[in-house]
Amino acid sequence: MSGHNESILREPLITGDNITYAKITDDILGPVENKPNKAWWIGFTFASLGALLWVVAVSYTFWNGIGAWGLNKTVGWAWDITGFVWWVGIGHAGTLISAVLLLFRQNWRNSINRSAEAMTIFAVICAATYVVSHMGRPWLAYWVLPLPNQFGSLWVNFNSPLVWDMFAISTYFSVSLLFWYTGLLPDIATIRDRAVGTRRKIYSIFSFGWSGSVKTWQRFEAVSLILAGISTPLVLSVHTIVSMDFATSVIPGWHTTIFPPYFVAGAIFSGFAMVLTLLLVARKVLGLENYITMFHIESMNKIIILTGSIVGVAYLTEFFIAWYSGSEYEQYAFINRSTGPYWWAYWMMMTCNVISPQLLWFKKIRLSIRATWILSIVVNVGMWFERFVIIVTSLHRDYIPSSWAMFYPTWVDVSVFVGSIGLFFTLFLLFLRVLPSIAIAEVKLLLKSASEQAKMKQIKEGHENKEYVAEYIESLEKFDSVKQEDYAKI
Amino acid sequence: MSDIKYILGSFGDPDEMMHGIDVLQENNISIHDVYTPMPIHGIEAKLGVKRSRIDIAAFCFGITGTCAAFALIYFCAVIDWRVNIGGKPSFALPDFIPIMFELTVLFCAFGMVLTYYASTHLFPGRAPRVMDLRATDDRFVIAVDAKENAEHTVIDELLKNAGALEVKYNERKYISYE
Repeated sequence: MSGHNESILREPLITGDNITYAKITDDILGPVENKPNKAWWIGFTFASLGALLWVVAVSYTFWNGIGAWGLNKTVGWAWDITGFVWWVGIGHAGTLISAVLLLFRQNWRNSINRSAEAMTIFAVICAATYVVSHMGRPWLAYWVLPLPNQFGSLWVNFNSPLVWDMFAISTYFSVSLLFWYTGLLPDIATIRDRAVGTRRKIYSIFSFGWSGSVKTWQRFEAVSLILAGISTPLVLSVHTIVSMDFATSVIPGWHTTIFPPYFVAGAIFSGFAMVLTLLLVARKVLGLENYITMFHIESMNKIIILTGSIVGVAYLTEFFIAWYSGSEYEQYAFINRSTGPYWWAYWMMMTCNVISPQLLWFKKIRLSIRATWILSIVVNVGMWFERFVIIVTSLHRDYIPSSWAMFYPTWVDVSVFVGSIGLFFTLFLLFLRVLPSIAIAEVKLLLKSASEQAKMKQIKEGHENKEYVAEYIESLEKFDSVKQEDYAKI
Repeated sequence: MSDIKYILGSFGDPDEMMHGIDVLQENNISIHDVYTPMPIHGIEAKLGVKRSRIDIAAFCFGITGTCAAFALIYFCAVIDWRVNIGGKPSFALPDFIPIMFELTVLFCAFGMVLTYYASTHLFPGRAPRVMDLRATDDRFVIAVDAKENAEHTVIDELLKNAGALEVKYNERKYISYE
């Protein structure tokens, strides 16, 4: 707090003039306290139709078993596990933003962490449903738990990555939920204290009686920091373990030590892309341009270039090592991936994940909302294909050519996947209506140090180095929410 | 004396509120608590609030998780029912590590957060103890116990001079009770 000013060279995290603490609350709670607009209803209608499709498709799978999917004796894992890994990966960006960026004191996370964490939770829900429906007999899902049983207490196999995964995903989901909800308490209290009647009563229950006293805040910050500290290795471990589901097997194309870092980079890559897909729309529709600025968008794009390049290097390394290993089967798996019957999926993956994100090196593209939005979807398509390629092309031609097969999805496969996207968006749109999409308290922290108006005041006081000021003003050109004419005078 | 229980200095700016705390303390007026819409760094030192020991609790819960996971796996896989997997040893420590790690995080997170809720009296349905409804919105509120500090006019003046936008006199401790 105190009188310390932030360096003028840092770009502002909150733009606009006349931003006060009250205005921050009003702006962020706008969608929560008012009736939804047309755009929300249109989105919600489509999303809930998707969610309905999901209910139908998953129920159909439960009733008929996984024979309803296009699996065959060679390809025993296909769209289900593709969808599972895809959703878990998407979920990772939320934890990365809320935990890793907190540890690195990246203040720009404050305006995007809340919705990114919500995205994490909804994505993991989508992922978890794949696991349960893939079990075939989902009513026996509790068999993955180490529970005493009537088979002479035959326990689960603790050497199996699938058991590790059960522990990893359930820990990840519950810890993310805890982190998210604890962070929400002060903001729910804000809604509570502004509401009246039944609404106040409901938010009162969910606010846990938050008061905002000194001790509450002090412990809150300690808890947030420790949660960030433990969530960081947690998020890395989760995707590492997901990758071990494949890497610890002996299937050519899966049995590689590069999988854990490669999967984690891919997860962050796709997660940030999904955050952009959601927030670019939300910022426009909810009018949050002053809080989610071009700086935020550019920063996320930079992370996408970095992780996209790591993923690209991993693809090439995998290919090189397949050749270098001298293992005939490994070599065939990769030749088959890139030139076999699924060549189109492989090249789709290569184009979407390795080539197209490189366009973000161009400042013009990185700062164009439309281009960024399209690229974010391209990345997500690419990451879906990555999992499809890893899973299906490694399986469909096994050791005996007589059992070689192709995988063709049935309408149930497609509906479960499309439906899970509907479910995700339904949950996200409901979230936007009932809870603040930006962490109010955390954004208020930035107002006096990192906002455009605070920097403007610094410039007007005249103690800043002229060159630095000029550089700062130049950096504001990319902001769509900054009035350039205010700076022309200076 | 009147029925006034608490005097609230409501500030619009955190720095002015910090100044208000200094001014009150210089005049030997004890502060009951401060309610703010966001965490204020450095306020604990001013008010003499001790460092939170929640990190110690977190560590203890975490280590409990590690031990619990090891004990569970060791019991299941080594003592109770050894499964012969290609003649490999049942006590395969590297394979135990992922679950030991996950349970460490799980126990640590839940133990710590539940400790936090318990020590701060946060639980679903608890009646919010709010002195000023704007303290979660745009006001930074210093609460002074009116019974302990008798000179109300002095407090009023000090708070206003420090920059308080409003000074309130609450006859009930918490205005949020039904």
